[in-house]
Amino acid sequence: MIVSLRKIKKYFPIRAGVFLQTVGWVRALEETDLDISENQTIGVVGESGCGKTTLGRIVARILQPTSGKIEFQGVDVTKKTTKDIEKLFRRTVQMIFQDPFNSLDPRMTIADVVKEPLEAHRVFESKKEMEDYVVELIGKVGLHREHLSRYPHEFSGGQRQRIAIARALALKPKLIVCDEPTSALDVSVQSQIVNLLQQLREEYKMSYLFISHNLDLVYHMSDKLIVMYLGNVMEEGDSVEVFENPLHPYTKALMSAIPSWDPNQRKLSKLKLTGEPPSPVNPPSGCVFSTRCLYKFDKCEKEKPQLKGSENHRVACFLYGE
Amino acid sequence: MSLLEVKDLKVYFKTLDGLVKAVDGVSFTLNEEETLAIVGESGCGKTVTALTILGLVKRAIVEGSIVYRGTEVTKLSEEEFQNIRGKKISMIFQEPMASFDPLYSVGRQMMEVAMKHLNVSEECARNLCIEMLKKVQIPLAEQRFDQYPHQMSGGMLQRIMIAMALLMNPDIVIADEPTTALDVTIQAQVLNLFKDLQRQYHTSVIFITHDLGIVAELADRVHVMYAGKIVEKASVHEIFEHPLHPYTKGLLESRLKKEYKGKLLPFVKGVVPAPTSWPAGCRFHPRCPRMMKVCQEKEPVEIQVDGRSISCWLYSEGDSE
Repeated sequence: MIVSLRKIKKYFPIRAGVFLQTVGWVRALEETDLDISENQTIGVVGESGCGKTTLGRIVARILQPTSGKIEFQGVDVTKKTTKDIEKLFRRTVQMIFQDPFNSLDPRMTIADVVKEPLEAHRVFESKKEMEDYVVELIGKVGLHREHLSRYPHEFSGGQRQRIAIARALALKPKLIVCDEPTSALDVSVQSQIVNLLQQLREEYKMSYLFISHNLDLVYHMSDKLIVMYLGNVMEEGDSVEVFENPLHPYTKALMSAIPSWDPNQRKLSKLKLTGEPPSPVNPPSGCVFSTRCLYKFDKCEKEKPQLKGSENHRVACFLYGE
Repeated sequence: MSLLEVKDLKVYFKTLDGLVKAVDGVSFTLNEEETLAIVGESGCGKTVTALTILGLVKRAIVEGSIVYRGTEVTKLSEEEFQNIRGKKISMIFQEPMASFDPLYSVGRQMMEVAMKHLNVSEECARNLCIEMLKKVQIPLAEQRFDQYPHQMSGGMLQRIMIAMALLMNPDIVIADEPTTALDVTIQAQVLNLFKDLQRQYHTSVIFITHDLGIVAELADRVHVMYAGKIVEKASVHEIFEHPLHPYTKGLLESRLKKEYKGKLLPFVKGVVPAPTSWPAGCRFHPRCPRMMKVCQEKEPVEIQVDGRSISCWLYSEGDSE
């Protein structure tokens, strides 16, 4: 197990007034469990505001959870820990961000970007060794030696994402949190980056936490799939199982909203989902999806369903269970 | 007769990096009550084509002709253009959040359109707009009318933009990636609404997108653009069942299919070249899997194959010269 989360919750305070008193909370993430083991890709899918990015950032420890426990290789790292463990964590868990136009410092050359983690962790004794390693690394992501002295603005979106991947890869991490790594890219470039991520995963024997709004993409990448809505996990399990046999009404709605790619079988007009997700400041009581669900009954508005089912497919919905 | 006829349209911009040939010889026609999809990746000139039709490109060199119901619009003065823009041809922009003025209520911005073109009282314009908001299924339309853009979600703003575009019952609506910024479930709702209203109002639509999935759902005809040119024109069925151009094929193959799981995805190698230096010959040749010698040297001409048109040397019978 690389990282495991237990009952992780994240609320962001809303402050107002002269003294910036907390007047409410954005409930970004409700009690969530997550285990990421070696060599495993976990996909997280959901629409904007569902808490998927928050989850990713908590796993990468960019955000501190409001409550709950994070274990890293058996050690509790929820709060600040010793310097050694902190360093080990950073070497083990890295992150790739969504927007390659904002995630690279415009004043750093590509060589600087890729070297920064290596220097911070004093990986190499000599400069020569480090430079050789950087050249090798940049080759692995499909760039060339002559790119190293250039600045981010000289690259296209796809190339920038390659640079971000090289940076994340530099310390040979065991887990990379990929937050929408391809959504800012063109379709043809998206496939190239997805392929690169897949090849690197096999070569480096890494795990990914792969976050995206694109269900097809998440299915393609992951071994295990998590469907989120308004800060809650609605359904999770083996990705083939969830994709082939979706149970939760929200997962089904999400699938039916994907265009067909076949002009003979237009399907969007058959979509039954209405309305928009409610605000995470004031989520509905009971099941958070109940305001838009076609199958809701009394219980859904009163009680909150828990994730139930077998290890390879669990769903939080009262339609199933007993 | 066709509603809109674009002939050999060229839009060039002078920049410090050289001449940017954003649109370079594009011709197409739009018929009554049809949906024409223009598809391509970013930087291929789709948006500039749309903006030019509406006379919204500034400081550009525009050549060629755009004829709307017998009127040559490229020659119109700004004043004359204002009688067409928003009234006869209107536009839905990509980013609903960025397209509204944050300082005015959405209602005021809608009323501006109505009062400009209709010469009616404020009260009358207000009623008209609220009526329209109800048509695009804005709940509590009267209250929403006086709210500001930041108080709305992206999906709601996009609906209001649709309402605004259809307010004058225009002949043509140009929709530039109207749902790219929205979540899939909201996207589906907005597209359904848009389709219904289009039928109700008998509007022709030029739908600009990079998403072929949406094209399959909405379009009657499809034009595929690459590097400032249209490379293939066909009906939506032909495009999806028998794509001819290697670029169209590449775009269609880049769809994530279930069968690909665990395998590498097929892709079009390389990236769209910079608009200051389009490759010589066929502009797609550096990325084309079926590149021939002639492709590097001569630009392919548009030819007709079984009633559809394509610009690719693969389908030209021998050398035309």
